[in-house]
Amino acid sequence: MSATVRLQVNGQPVEVPAGASVAAAVAHWTLHFRTSVSGEARAPLCGMGVCFECRVRIDGVAHQRACMTPARDGMQVDSHD
Amino acid sequence: MTERYDVLVVGAGPAGLAAAGAAAAHGARVGLLDAQPRAGGQVWRHDVRKPAPAEAREAIAALRGVTVLTQHSVVANEDGALRVETPQGAALLTYGALVLATGARELLLPFPGWTLPGVSGAGGLQALAKQGWPVAGKRVVVAGSGPLLLACAATLRAHGAKIVGIHEQASADCVHAFARQLVHWPARAAQALLLRAKLAGVPYRFGSIVRHAHGDEAVRMVEIENTQDTSCVDCDLLAVGYGLVPNVELAQMLGCALDHAQTHPHVQVDELLRTSVSAIFAAGEACAIGGLAVARIEGAMAGHMAAGSAHEARALLPERDRARRFGTLLAKHFALSPRVHALATPQTLICRCEDVPLGALDGYADARDAKLATRCGMGACQGRICGTALAELGRFPHGAGRPPLFPARLATLAGLALSPSDDASRSPT
Repeated sequence: MSATVRLQVNGQPVEVPAGASVAAAVAHWTLHFRTSVSGEARAPLCGMGVCFECRVRIDGVAHQRACMTPARDGMQVDSHD
Repeated sequence: MTERYDVLVVGAGPAGLAAAGAAAAHGARVGLLDAQPRAGGQVWRHDVRKPAPAEAREAIAALRGVTVLTQHSVVANEDGALRVETPQGAALLTYGALVLATGARELLLPFPGWTLPGVSGAGGLQALAKQGWPVAGKRVVVAGSGPLLLACAATLRAHGAKIVGIHEQASADCVHAFARQLVHWPARAAQALLLRAKLAGVPYRFGSIVRHAHGDEAVRMVEIENTQDTSCVDCDLLAVGYGLVPNVELAQMLGCALDHAQTHPHVQVDELLRTSVSAIFAAGEACAIGGLAVARIEGAMAGHMAAGSAHEARALLPERDRARRFGTLLAKHFALSPRVHALATPQTLICRCEDVPLGALDGYADARDAKLATRCGMGACQGRICGTALAELGRFPHGAGRPPLFPARLATLAGLALSPSDDASRSPT
C-alpha cells in the first residue's frame, strides 16, 4: 500500500496520507463542504458521522459523509452541493 | 443477503471489542459491526501519523474467530435481526443475542457563529485531525468542558497546530476539586499529568466560555467571556465540546427502556447489563458516561452474558462498580454553567440541517409540535444535534426517533420486511 493517496477535490489534485478521510482531502482546498438550505457554507462539526454537515459528492454519488469515507486513489470529490 | 450470528455486537470501540472477544472465547459465532471504516471507536480512533495505542492493538488482535464488519450502519430492526447498510449494499444480520456498545457522541451546543466553517466539536476536530485533517500551523482555540479538552489539544498539537488557549467552562474551584480526587485514581492522574506536560506553555483558563465566533467564509476570531472580562482572540479553527452524550437511538428503536433521570437518557440495564428486552445487553457509554475503563469491563461482562455465562460476568462486578464511580466524579465537577445554556440568541440556528433559529421554537410545547411547524429536527442528522442541544438547554426533552436510524438508500429500505413509512421513503439518500 502506498503511503499516500491521490484524489481530486473540485477538479484539483490532492495528496493525503493513506488512511486519511475524504474530509481531510477536501479541507486541503476548501472549508465549504455543503451548502445549507438557506445558502450558508458548512463544514464538519462532529467529525464522527453524526451531524451530516460534511456531506459531499463522491464519484457522482451525492450526500456521502466525507468524515466517514476513507480517501482512495482516483476518487472525484465535489463539495458545495 | 442474510448472515447468522450467535452474538452480534454493535459498535467496535473499547466496549464492543471487549464484548466480541469475551463472547467468542465461549465458542459463539460473533459478528462485530461498526459504521466507521476501522475498529477502535472514538477513543481508539486510528491516527494516520502514529500506530494505535498498544491496548487497542491488543484488543483488536485478540478477536480470534470474530467477523469484523466495518462500514456497516444499522438502519432498522426486524424480528431477531438488524438491517444494515454497507458501501456495497444492504444485508440482514440475524442474532441470538445482541450487545449494544454504541458509545457516546459529543455534546455540541449552539452559540452565535457556531455554524461557521472552522467551528467544530473538540473531540470532533481531534477525530478529523487523526484522519489527516490539516491543522499544522493553524491557530486553534479549544473550548467547552471536561478532560477531553486536554486530550483534544494534545492531539492537535502533535499534528502541528498552535493551541491558542484551552477554555474550560467549569470554575477553577471545580476543576481543582476534581484534580484532588485524582489521588484515588492513579492511572487517571498519571494520564492528566502527561497531557499537561504535552501542553506545556498553553494557557488553560477556567470559568471561561467562547460566546461568539466571527468570520465571513470561516471563523477568524472568537469572543471569550472570562469570569472578570471579555476578550477577542484571532484563530483559524475553534474546537468546542461540552462533554459526552450516550448514543441511545438504536436501543430505543429496539424497544429497550431508557433511563431519563438525567438530562440525556441512557440505556437502562440491570446489574448484569440486561436491557428491558430479552437477549439484548448494553455496555459502556450507552449505559451512562463512564470512560474507557468502564467500557472495557462492561464490554467483557456483556460479551459473557450474551454467550450465556453469567458467572464470568458477575466476577467483574466489583471492578466495574469502582470504575463507574469515576464517571460520577466527572459529571459532578464539570456540570455546565447556566452561562453556557444562555449563549444562543433567538437568531442563532438551532437546527443546522433545516436552518431553524432558536426563536422560531417559541410557543411550542414539545419537540414534535415544533418539528411539524418549523422542520426543526427533520433533517439528515434526525435531530441528534438539535434535539440533544434543546434537551440540554431545557427547552424540551429529545423526542423519540423513528426508523430508519440513519438516512438510507431506497434500495436498503426496499429490503425491509416492514413497510417503511412515508417519511422513511422520503428521507435523504
